[in-house]
Amino acid sequence: MSKKLLLEKAHVAGIRYFDVYRKEGGYRSVEKALKEMNPEAIVEEVKKSGLRGRGGAGFPAGMKWSFIAKPEGVPRHLVCNADESEPGTFKDRYLMEFIPHLLIEGLIVSSFALGSNDTYIYIRGEYAWIVDILEEAIAEAHKNGFLGKNILGSGFDCNIHVQRGAGAYICGEETALIESLEGKRGNPRIKPPFPAVKGVWDRPTVVNNVETLAAVVPIINMGGDEYAKIGVGRSTGTKLISACGNINKPGVYEIDMTISVEEFIYSDEYCGGIPNGKRLKACIPGGSSVPILPANLLLKTAKGETRYMNYESLSDGGFATGSMMGSGGFIVLDEDQCVVRHTLTLARFYRHESCGQCSPCREGTGWMEKILKNIETGKGKMSDIDLLWDIQRKIEGNTICPLGDAAAWPVAAAIRHFRDEFEWHVNNPDEAQKRNYGLAHYADPIHVPVA
Amino acid sequence: MIMSKFSEEQMTEFNRLVARYPAGKQKSALLPVLHLAQESFGGWLSAETLDYVAELLQIKPIEVYEVATFYSMYNLKPVGKYMFEVCQTGPCMLRGSDDIIAYIGEKLGIKPGETTTDGMFTLKTVECLGACGYAPMMQLGKHYREHLTKEKVDAIIDECRKNAGSLN
Repeated sequence: MSKKLLLEKAHVAGIRYFDVYRKEGGYRSVEKALKEMNPEAIVEEVKKSGLRGRGGAGFPAGMKWSFIAKPEGVPRHLVCNADESEPGTFKDRYLMEFIPHLLIEGLIVSSFALGSNDTYIYIRGEYAWIVDILEEAIAEAHKNGFLGKNILGSGFDCNIHVQRGAGAYICGEETALIESLEGKRGNPRIKPPFPAVKGVWDRPTVVNNVETLAAVVPIINMGGDEYAKIGVGRSTGTKLISACGNINKPGVYEIDMTISVEEFIYSDEYCGGIPNGKRLKACIPGGSSVPILPANLLLKTAKGETRYMNYESLSDGGFATGSMMGSGGFIVLDEDQCVVRHTLTLARFYRHESCGQCSPCREGTGWMEKILKNIETGKGKMSDIDLLWDIQRKIEGNTICPLGDAAAWPVAAAIRHFRDEFEWHVNNPDEAQKRNYGLAHYADPIHVPVA
Repeated sequence: MIMSKFSEEQMTEFNRLVARYPAGKQKSALLPVLHLAQESFGGWLSAETLDYVAELLQIKPIEVYEVATFYSMYNLKPVGKYMFEVCQTGPCMLRGSDDIIAYIGEKLGIKPGETTTDGMFTLKTVECLGACGYAPMMQLGKHYREHLTKEKVDAIIDECRKNAGSLN
């Protein structure tokens, strides 16, 4: 059983409300931080914890905090990125919906560490009902003296505001989020300057993911060193994984990053295996942007070693034979799924979500969708596969923000690992309309543990 | 055409939204204010409404237009009383969202992007709403309807018709 630091209490009846949350030990980290620690000491604990950003990039959170500029007389802001929009990812929603005070608690401690008196939660517009949950939790925290002026007599003032987005994946990119928070289109900014120097309203700003900020609570409670002992190597602490697709038990799981991918998929504690006795074909382990892997490369690395659910192991082999932990959006495809069709839906997603600022992404995502649609509907040519490869290469690395890469990688990985399925679509246009290709030859045989 | 203006209650909410931001940065309230306007004025934003929002926030109309046209949640044309926003991205597709979209279309006699002639229902396909584990799904107003089946779709349509009836 994995150690749980974030969701341990998520199912205690009434945990959504302050009184229950407090009775279960909530807000202890705020007391500790504001009464016994100074901001520098908090940053130090987060650094020691090895906590890596949980939004997808995996950048060390303590280091990000230490970059914040502190010019005299200029307010600083912490912004919580709750714009969770990466296909396959729904972990932040779960955390905010079931245990909102954990996020508020983490935000208060983090705001104190960074010197943010006005902290913003930027939440995707579709999560409209969660806005109410968060605002209620914030009001309760105010009423109980954990927000507002002179919190716990520390002299520290803090307010938290919730801002709804309005349907734009790009606003999960931190500079686009800042633009959106300023009431503009979500066009990413050119860096530098980085938000830590010039962020929202040109003030020093730190943007962190929901799960990252919630993880600050156990880090302060147990100490950074203790937190770092959980997990393995540079994958410290616990990680929320949202599992979906063709599995028996879709949902959000907290893991301590020491379990194998095979255990995660087949164990009853997690995904519970593939429904209807089907076999595993492929998986996107970290949200739609990261490379899809065929079953054989998912369960074992190219060196034949067991693959584990952590940052290092999932990326073992680079993009040639590995993938990424990303945001923890774990999408499973069974043997009946068509990789071409699935990739088409992702290409359509990125075309829809491209902000249009950089031409390689604006034009390239549209071309990729069109070509994939042709192949999927039996109108593809063999040269289209190379054309797709060429386009994705010309998007990657040539855009202001990582959306270009995020759009390129799924297409690249699908061709890299499932080229025969693309070719089969081109060679058998009629048959491809009637049935799916099934398991790729190299993904077979798959070791399926007996339940 | 009669210009819609916020009621007193809506103005209170408007002022609450603007007060979250530093003085002079009232433009930051634009996204939430557009949500408020859309909810207040029949589920969509007319050019007049956009101009009204610009006036309230003391910014140029173009600053409102460029935002209203960027974000997918703002409807720039009238929509049905009930909008079925069905997700069609990969994880939902794996769980049969294409069948659900086709079924709703067949049942209501409309294609994605269209509204029924009685103005009751709009069918819209959307990209990932963060409910991948509970797929297939749709957004209906403020809430998500998840684990959709044809039976559930039938029940939702009946529920909407019943609610609409009780309002009249």
